[in-house]
Amino acid sequence: MLDWRWDFTWDILPRLIAATGNTLLAAGLGYAIAVVLGLVLALAQRTPYRAVTIVVREAVEFIRSTPLVLQIFFVFYVGPQFGLRLSPWAAGMIAIGLHYAAYLSEVYRGGLESVPKGQWEAATSLNLSTARTYFRIIIPQALPPSLAGMGNYLVGIFKDTPMLSVIGVAELMHTANAIGSETYRFLEPYTLVGIIFLALSLPTAALIRVFEAWVRRKLGMY
Amino acid sequence: MSYLEFLGQYGDRILSGTLVTILLTVLASMLAMAIALAAGLMRMARSPIVRGVAVVYIEIFRGTSLLVQLYWIFFVLPLFGITLEKFTAGFVAVGMNLGAYGAELVRGAILSVPRGQWEAALALNMSPAKRMVRVILPQAVVIMLPSWGNLLIELLKGTALVALIAVTDLMFQVKQINGTTFLSAEAFGTALIVYYVLARFMITPFMRWLERVMQRRLGRA
Repeated sequence: MLDWRWDFTWDILPRLIAATGNTLLAAGLGYAIAVVLGLVLALAQRTPYRAVTIVVREAVEFIRSTPLVLQIFFVFYVGPQFGLRLSPWAAGMIAIGLHYAAYLSEVYRGGLESVPKGQWEAATSLNLSTARTYFRIIIPQALPPSLAGMGNYLVGIFKDTPMLSVIGVAELMHTANAIGSETYRFLEPYTLVGIIFLALSLPTAALIRVFEAWVRRKLGMY
Repeated sequence: MSYLEFLGQYGDRILSGTLVTILLTVLASMLAMAIALAAGLMRMARSPIVRGVAVVYIEIFRGTSLLVQLYWIFFVLPLFGITLEKFTAGFVAVGMNLGAYGAELVRGAILSVPRGQWEAALALNMSPAKRMVRVILPQAVVIMLPSWGNLLIELLKGTALVALIAVTDLMFQVKQINGTTFLSAEAFGTALIVYYVLARFMITPFMRWLERVMQRRLGRA
């Protein structure tokens, strides 16, 4: 039956907290890649070239409908087959960044489409270039409606980082597995990992909602 | 080794893995739907205790990772005297996780059934249970079906994680093949394509068909 050992808990807690730093780093880096790359994927679907639109659209669909853990394996193992060796961190960041870029591109796409056509016409009549129109007029207006989706995926990427443990990124789950195999005790490490995730993701989700409301108020939209 | 030779040699293992993945997906989605309905309805109950139970369940399963839940159910639950076989542990973890997400869909859909429908059912003197089953739920189902399509694709993707507790699904098989042959591009690439085909050409068309059927039954098509 259940025997929770507090001395063991205090022993392993510092290790798990240190690994939490790696988890947050992985989530942060992956998200940074996804935010930028997602915008590229969204804009690529709005070029006048139909072929580009179709290829990018299909690639996004493909990435969105296949498992992240499989993509992580794919990126990590396929490189060496062709002579390109990636560290677990590099492979993990590419896989998770690309996966969430596909999700975020859908969020941006919705935001970009919600900008009224009149804004484009006004920019054209002011003789602004396409690039300038995007960066000064369209994207700033597309961001606020995208914020809710972006926030959800920030929490989402954080919760998906344990999958990086499968290729040996030393994040929270990897550390809990290591503790489990060293000590044959799984109750405390896995439970603590669950508690740490809850303790981080619930407040983050709440903060994001507050931030979103704040942005909406600031911009005078309700 | 050419790709055709690869398929000839490992095709049956990939196929058997695919069948396990499909079975896991079907079982996990049935569990997820049952949990989503129960938790979604409990979330709107009048009693704060019932509501609290549902909120705690939903927040725990949405606030932590599926992988953490899977390991917890497989490695820790036996310490409480509940030992699940790995296949069962796999689809239970996936079903419980996606059920928590589904509960919010159920709640949202029920709340977006027009107020007049509730009032009309009340005016016809229907009992609360009958009102829910005969009037509100059928309309809520039509509202939430499109979101369930996305959720089921998430569920299919979630089943890939059970390979990590050695359930012999598609992910597990290609991992094994990769381990013995080092043909990573072939092994993982094939699995990526199979998952894509399952998601795009089986789940999505099936959900579209279901949407049409449900709308027709409500006389809206």
